[in-house]
Amino acid sequence: MHITTFTERPYAHIPEEEVIKNSSFFGVSNKFLDPVKGGALFNRYFDEKLYAEEIGFDGVMLNEHHANPFTMGGVMDVEASILARITSKVKIALMGNPLPVADPLRLAEELATIDMISGGRLVTGWVRGAGCEQLANNINPTYNRERFDEAHDFIMQAWSKDGPWRYEGKHYEYRHVNPWVKPIQKPIPETWIPSLVSPETAEFAARNRYSYFALATFLAPTMEMWNLYADTAAKEGYQAGPECFGYLQKIVCADTDEEAYELGKNYVYGGGQPAFARPEWMFPAGYNSKAATKRMAYALTDPETNEAVVSGKDASEEINVPEMKKYNTEVLYENLIRNRQIITGTPETCLVKIRNIMETLRPGIFAVWHIEGGPTTHEESMKSMKLLGENVLPQMREWARELDLPGPGEVKPGSRKLPANGKRDPVCDESALAA
Amino acid sequence: MATNEWTTKTITAAGSELAFTEGGSGKPLLVFSEELGDPGWLKWKQELALTRTVITPQHPGFGVSPRIAWALTIGDLGNYYAQVMVEQGWVGADVIGFSLGGWIAAEMAAQNPAQFSSLTLVAPMGIKPPSGEICDIYYYLTSDYIGRSVSNAETTPEFADLFGGEVTPEQFEGFQDATAESARFAWQPYMNNPALSQRLGLVKDLPTKILWGDEDKIVPFSTADVYQKSIAGSKLVTFQACGHRPEIEQTDKFLAEVNAILS
Repeated sequence: MHITTFTERPYAHIPEEEVIKNSSFFGVSNKFLDPVKGGALFNRYFDEKLYAEEIGFDGVMLNEHHANPFTMGGVMDVEASILARITSKVKIALMGNPLPVADPLRLAEELATIDMISGGRLVTGWVRGAGCEQLANNINPTYNRERFDEAHDFIMQAWSKDGPWRYEGKHYEYRHVNPWVKPIQKPIPETWIPSLVSPETAEFAARNRYSYFALATFLAPTMEMWNLYADTAAKEGYQAGPECFGYLQKIVCADTDEEAYELGKNYVYGGGQPAFARPEWMFPAGYNSKAATKRMAYALTDPETNEAVVSGKDASEEINVPEMKKYNTEVLYENLIRNRQIITGTPETCLVKIRNIMETLRPGIFAVWHIEGGPTTHEESMKSMKLLGENVLPQMREWARELDLPGPGEVKPGSRKLPANGKRDPVCDESALAA
Repeated sequence: MATNEWTTKTITAAGSELAFTEGGSGKPLLVFSEELGDPGWLKWKQELALTRTVITPQHPGFGVSPRIAWALTIGDLGNYYAQVMVEQGWVGADVIGFSLGGWIAAEMAAQNPAQFSSLTLVAPMGIKPPSGEICDIYYYLTSDYIGRSVSNAETTPEFADLFGGEVTPEQFEGFQDATAESARFAWQPYMNNPALSQRLGLVKDLPTKILWGDEDKIVPFSTADVYQKSIAGSKLVTFQACGHRPEIEQTDKFLAEVNAILS
């Protein structure tokens, strides 16, 4: 099993009431950014990644969001380049590069550079980018899927085809493709595809023999995607195994359960991940496929009254900040803990729930989403990581051997043969979830 | 007595299926709807249908008529409609275009002014405002955008009837389809063609009226003057204390102005 570590690298000094009044992190004015404080945070996050390597994690993970204090990493590849130099052993996973909003040739060069500097430790991840990334980069959401597919195909060629050559596609054209950087890993760097339970993405990952990486999604729908992946893999002629699946899980450890519970509330600072961006920014017109739009139209409508039950922020809407804070730390936080989206406690307490996830999802990649957000201090982050590294990771590795959960570094995704009868084996265990 | 009778027809024209609503009788009056699609058979349309055959194409890709893949710009869409007009014998029709539909009509006039008898543009998109910005439909909830489209929703008689009233799942999907296709045509430059003002120099003898509310929060009123100067002989009519929808905010005045140009 590959055990890695993740944080969003938030701008921690943002006033919480500004997020709440705006009904999301995206769209809060950058007048609240102090570059000196932001710079210190970047460096703090680098220190924490270095410590993750020191304490025994196999990898460090970054992500990219734009115009959003929820994640300062708008230019993730710059951070990754620094990690490539200052770390020595860990894999550097980028979850992920939003293809439709990037210049694909430039991206092919950046990623190859990171793989070269790190000595082949890059893990790439391709994403469509959230709806708000299209707004922040002014990329036509109607062409999101087309641009994703074309950019992906182009980068594969840029890494494999000797140049110089000319490219004329629908969305991109290059007169002279001849990058003087290429990935060390052949034919391409290890690849995991991050996703929020999108069937199209699960199929894409399986077809390309990439690992599918579930971004802290609920367990039941996550298993649906893994079954879809495994079905697609079977059609492609291979058996999916743990090496094909990764899972991201929020875990905070402290000396006592009570202390960890209190600290975990920082995950819902400002509303946390659910307050990333409003629906009208997450799903700009054309971003979703016709089928997904139809699903959403019904999902957002009360079947009894035919009225919209989920909406964004209306201009006339008034937000009661103290009430929302109370809701976030009481109702929302409790729901996230009950649904196993957040695990808090001493190492012993956390391990019980982690074991259940390992048995249920059978992932070969396990990513810990470390405590972060608002008032979380560097010392608290480091303490949680220390407890995880010293008291949780060794037990997880032992269980991974017992449960036979190899990561993609041990077994190449797509390399397992289907059983002789042609019917695929199960890839997860729903009965463990019920337990 | 207004005519409330209309039907939906589907034809195959210029190589693609096209649905349109039709009501009334008399010389054809083409109506090009806005970026959210066809808001419905409202009072102004009922009145005009007394003396005209009112034809409202359901724009390709807006949820009713299928998308035309080759059309990539509003100018392309205008070219498609020009081909439809020839095939259907609608050449010489009068035309009214609203917002994005006004832009379509303006592009068509710039390509071939002779295809119309008259041109009425109601707060059209298509030209970048000299001051202010065209409201970004992709930044707001649709309900919020519609709310911004009138000066005062409470005193606008048919505001609650726009797009059939309640946002059902079907209407939600319709809005998504319409705005997605609008994005395909006009994401960048946003809802304008930098060349349109110059291209309208071809329009010399086409009776043209530009109707605009001076409190328009969708396409700034400052644009009205540019349109007026771009189209030779055009007349600008300002609707005081009115938003982006003079046809429902000040229906009587709107009808008086339209009837005047049609006659």
